[in-house]
Amino acid sequence: MTVLVGFVPTPEGEAAFAAGLAEAQRRGEDLLVLNTPRGGAPVSADVAPPELVAELTGRAHHAGITLEVRQAPHSGDLADTVVRTAEESGASVIVIGLRRRSPVGKLLMGSAAQRILLDADRPVLAVKPQADGD
Amino acid sequence: MDLAPVIDGFGVVLEPTNLLYCLIGVVIGMLIGVLPGLGPAATIAILLPITLGLEPVTAIIMLAGIFYGAQYGGTITSVLLRLPGEASSVVTVFDGHALARQGKAGTALGIAAIGSFVGGTVSIIVLSVVAPVVASFALDFGPPEYTALALLGILLVSTVSSGDRLKAVIAACVGLLLATVGRDGFTGAERFTFGSLELADGLDFVPIAMGLFGLGEILYNLEERHRKVQAPATVANVWPSRADLRQSSGAIGRGSVIGFVLGILPGGGAVLASLAAYAVEKRRAKHPERFGQGAVEGVAAPESANNAAATSSFIPLLTLGIPANATMAVIFGALLIQGVSPGPQLVTQEPELFWGVINSMYVGNILLLVMSLPLVGLFVRILRVRATVLAPITVLITLVGAYTVNNSVFDILLVILFGALGYLMKKLGFDPGPLVLAFVLGSLLEDSLRRSLLIFDGDATGFFTRPISGVLLVVFLLVALLPPVRAALRRRRATPAENEPAATTTTTTTTTTKESV
Repeated sequence: MTVLVGFVPTPEGEAAFAAGLAEAQRRGEDLLVLNTPRGGAPVSADVAPPELVAELTGRAHHAGITLEVRQAPHSGDLADTVVRTAEESGASVIVIGLRRRSPVGKLLMGSAAQRILLDADRPVLAVKPQADGD
Repeated sequence: MDLAPVIDGFGVVLEPTNLLYCLIGVVIGMLIGVLPGLGPAATIAILLPITLGLEPVTAIIMLAGIFYGAQYGGTITSVLLRLPGEASSVVTVFDGHALARQGKAGTALGIAAIGSFVGGTVSIIVLSVVAPVVASFALDFGPPEYTALALLGILLVSTVSSGDRLKAVIAACVGLLLATVGRDGFTGAERFTFGSLELADGLDFVPIAMGLFGLGEILYNLEERHRKVQAPATVANVWPSRADLRQSSGAIGRGSVIGFVLGILPGGGAVLASLAAYAVEKRRAKHPERFGQGAVEGVAAPESANNAAATSSFIPLLTLGIPANATMAVIFGALLIQGVSPGPQLVTQEPELFWGVINSMYVGNILLLVMSLPLVGLFVRILRVRATVLAPITVLITLVGAYTVNNSVFDILLVILFGALGYLMKKLGFDPGPLVLAFVLGSLLEDSLRRSLLIFDGDATGFFTRPISGVLLVVFLLVALLPPVRAALRRRRATPAENEPAATTTTTTTTTTKESV
C-alpha cells in the first residue's frame, strides 16, 4: 500500500507533500508523488525541476520513507489521471492540496480537486497551504 | 568599388517601415527558432502571402530577418532544455547544455549571442565585397552557363545535404518532374495538365512550399506527442566573463570563416556549417575530451558558423539567382512573387533592393544581439504553448494565406496535397528540401537548356567547348561520380559479403543522377 500525493511546485503542492509524508510515516507505507504536467508543450510550469525532486527525495529519505516520483505528462483530465494512478498503485489514501478559487472561477475553470474528491473510491486528504505562505 | 549604392542601401534600411519589418522579422525568427519543429523554411513559406502587399525590399528584409533570427533563437532551447530549436543548433546541445547543468547557462547563451553577432557581421562584410564581384562576373553568363549552374546546384543540394543521398536524388527528380507541369514555354504544348485549366499555367511555387515545408512540418510535429515535459529553466547572468570571451575568440573567428565558406556552397547552409565548425574545434583542441563536458568553444564555434552561413547563403541567390538551400529557395519564391527575378543583373538594376537587404542584416544582427541577451526568459515562455493550440492556428494561417495569393480554392487543395506529401516524405526519411529546390531550378534549367540547344543548333558538345560551362560541367561530373568511385574503391578493399547492399545503393544513385541529367 502507498500514499499518493498529487504534487505541483507551488505552496499547495508543498503542503500536500508535507501532509503526505506525515501520513506515510503514520501508516508505515511508501510515498508515491505524482507530478504530471499536461502534455503537448515542451515546457510546463507544473513540472518540478530536478533540484526540487532531489530535495523531496532527500526529505523522504530523511524520514525513512521510500519515495517514487512520477513525472510522465498526461492528456485529458488531470483528475482522471490522479484517480487512475491511485487505483493502479493501490493507494490507501490520496493527498491533494487545495487552492483558493472563487465560485465564479470554479464555475468557469472547474475544479480538479472537486473531481478527485467525487470520483475517488478511497479516502482523500485535502490540505491547504499555510496562511503565512500567501 | 562604387560606394554610393552601398550608402543608399543604408538609406533604404533606415526608412521607418523597413526598420519595423526588420524588427518584426528578427522577432519572428527568434520565436520560431525557439520553437522546436517549425524551421525558418516553413515559417517563411507560411508567411509568403503576407509579403504580397509589401514593397519587395521590405518583404525580403523581413524574410531574411526570420532566417538569421532563427539561428539565434535555436540556441536558447539547445542550451537550456537540451532541445535544439533548429537543426543548425543540434551540436550546440552537447556543450551548451553541459554548461547549463554546471549553472553556466548564461555564459553559454551570452557567448552564443556574441558569436552569432560576430559570425553574422563578418559574413555581411565579406558578402558586401564579394557579391558585386561575383555578380559582375556572372553577367557574362549565357544560357549554357545557367544550364550547367542549375545542374550543379541541383546535384550539390541532393548530395551535400544530410541524410540518404539516393532519397535526396529521388526527391530532386520529383521536383524536376513537377517543374515540367503546365504549358511548354517554347511550343505551347500542354504537359501533364490532364486537361485541367488550373494546371495549364504550371504549378505555383507558393502552394508547394507552403504545403511541403509548412503543413508537412506541422503534421509531422503533431505526431511526436509523448515527449518529456520539462520544468522552465531559469537564466541568471548572461554576460560571459572576460576569460570565457578570450577562450572562445579563436573559435568564433574560425567558426565565422567555416560558416561563410560552407554557406555559399549549395546544399551546405547553416546545418552543415555548425557541424563542421564543431568538428574543427574538437580536432584543434589540446584537450578534446573537454568537448561535451561544457567547453565554451563548443558553443562559440557552431553558433558563429551557423549565422555566418545563414548570411553567406544569400550570395548565390542574389548574385546568380541560384538558391543554395531550402530556405533560400523559399526566399527565391518570394522574390518571384514580387516580380523581381534574382540574378546577376540585380546589383545594377535593383541596387536599392540588393543593398537594402544586405545592409538590413547589420541592423538585424544588432537588434538580435540586443534582444537575445536580456529577453531570453521571455522567448522561452513560448515553449509553454501546447501544440494543440499552436498547430491549428498555424494551419489556419497557412490555408488562409494560400487562398489570398490567387483567390483560388485550387491553391488550398494544392497546399493540402503537398502537405500530405511533405508529411509522408518526412516520415519515410525523404528531405523535402531537394524537391523544392529542384522545382525552383527546374524551369530555369529547362529554359536555359533548350535556349542553348537552339543557339548550338542542337549540338550538345557546345556546352563543353565554352570555358565557364565546360568547367562547371566537369565539376558536376566530379561531384556525381566521386562518391560511387570512392565506394567502389572501398568495396575492393573490404570483404565482398558485407558490401553487397552498399554496392546496389551506389549503382542506383549513379543511374538516377544520370537520368536527372
